[in-house]
Amino acid sequence: MRADLEIIQQWVKPGHHVLDLGCGDGTLLDFLKRERNASGFGLEINPDHITTCMNRGVSVIEQNLDTQGLDNFEDNSFDIVLMTQALQAVRRPDKVLDEMLRLGDEGIVTFPNFAHWRLRWGLALSGRMPESDALPYKWYNTPNIRLCTFKDFEALCRQKGIRIKSRRVVDGQHQNNWLARFWPNLLGEIAIYRITREKKQ
Amino acid sequence: MSDPIPVDSVGVVTPQTYHFETPIELACEQALARYDLVVETYGELNADHSNAVLICHALSGNHHAAGYHSIDDRKPGWWDTCIGPGKPVDTNRFFVVSLNNLGGCHGSTGPNSTNPATGKPYGPDFPVITVGDWVKSQALLADRLEIDCWAAVVGGSLGGMQALQWSLDYPDRLKHAVAIASSPRLTAQNIAFNEVARQAITSDREFHDGRYYDFNTLPRRGLMLARMVGHITYLSDASMGEKFGRELRDQAYKFGYDAEFQVESYLRYQGERFSEVFDANTYLLMTRALDYFDPSYEFGGDLSKAMAKASCEFLVLSFSTDWRFTPARSEEMVNAMIAARRKVSYAEIDAPWGHDAFLIPTPRYTDIFTAYMDRVAREVGA
Repeated sequence: MRADLEIIQQWVKPGHHVLDLGCGDGTLLDFLKRERNASGFGLEINPDHITTCMNRGVSVIEQNLDTQGLDNFEDNSFDIVLMTQALQAVRRPDKVLDEMLRLGDEGIVTFPNFAHWRLRWGLALSGRMPESDALPYKWYNTPNIRLCTFKDFEALCRQKGIRIKSRRVVDGQHQNNWLARFWPNLLGEIAIYRITREKKQ
Repeated sequence: MSDPIPVDSVGVVTPQTYHFETPIELACEQALARYDLVVETYGELNADHSNAVLICHALSGNHHAAGYHSIDDRKPGWWDTCIGPGKPVDTNRFFVVSLNNLGGCHGSTGPNSTNPATGKPYGPDFPVITVGDWVKSQALLADRLEIDCWAAVVGGSLGGMQALQWSLDYPDRLKHAVAIASSPRLTAQNIAFNEVARQAITSDREFHDGRYYDFNTLPRRGLMLARMVGHITYLSDASMGEKFGRELRDQAYKFGYDAEFQVESYLRYQGERFSEVFDANTYLLMTRALDYFDPSYEFGGDLSKAMAKASCEFLVLSFSTDWRFTPARSEEMVNAMIAARRKVSYAEIDAPWGHDAFLIPTPRYTDIFTAYMDRVAREVGA
């Protein structure tokens, strides 16, 4: 099983109502439905992914976070809001994080770490924008317009009063990596963050 | 027809008439003592009767959704693009039921049927029918066909409204509701267009307060105008532009008021043809049913409260250039379902044909519709 699914599953309680922003082909929601009896919706814009979701019985809404926002969802209408590998592709990740925690008690966010050593090394040696398995695009056609590092993300959370409840780091194949626990910002490729609002004083 | 019947067609079909002798109480607090429903079915009902799909028609539709009435038919049924072997509503897997709604003019009891009380056509005495009344009569038809629970109730436009109404009135009697190019209620602009259509009909001298049958005439002019204005709302500016542009029937302007532009001639032709085959009183009735449809009405306008009654899953589809029932209307429906925590999937399909796009098989539309119905079929073991 993919390590990220296994990790996320642990944070979803049975019967949780879940919103998945950028749900792809519905793998995660389908998994949570089967393993956790979770209900909820996925938002997606890729037509093929939407069709796949519909065929596998995952409730999917065609909705673009950048142009349509999330105004159509009510405050606190979900237990958990997920966003896997999509933070770096939205126009305003900071606002999406606010929205996630408006809609749900908790958020789970995963994204590729731009400070991974291989990317640093590639940039240092070649002087060209790095490419990797997790980021297989050219600079001019990449959907990943808001790349950041684990440190950047954590700084943003601090600034916004978002509390990081847990962080797990995996490699590009979503496998657990021992070394990455010690130097996550250098050795971790993908982080899975569990976030919530700081309690009001 | 000159060509052989295509292999993905249900082939030659024969409508059947079902007689109902128990009075049906209607929303207007009148009752119809007895009535007929004309029905076509395609495919086979399976042993546990779980594979039945109900097709609901739109304003000018009828029971003839797929196939041909004879091998000489020029055109197949109105939704033949989506119903047939291997098509989205796959008749190899589903038992498909399609009827002419109450108040229709294609064989089911309607204003042009004989009123048993007078021996003459009902005309204006035929009660105003609502979407809820249709659903009620469809449920009675389901009883007759021994279908306890539909695998899906499917419709486009006004047909989608019936699918939505089904989910609220008989939540245990359907597994899925599919509403395509539909709306949870008409806007003021929608009602305004309907009113223009009705005024065109009722102000025709041949209308005779709806008793034109007694005068052996038809309000052709009025019904033609109604259809012309309706037809414009079914197309998009772009699709009309592409089809007709500013093309003239002859080379030069004639400085008169005959149909000189191709679009004028097309609308007149369509309107005239329609006025010969459709009943004006039925047109009034259908537009009124559209106007009245609003499941949120009894919940103070809160559609999500209405949706809480539903338990089926929903597929909602809209089309980018549909300005009659815009994607925003579908999204209104979807948002109410989300707020009520119903299971719903939604997509807006890019298509240039306006409201009529629901009848035209674009690749993405066909893919989605097929993928969803395939899942429905798997669920019911079809």
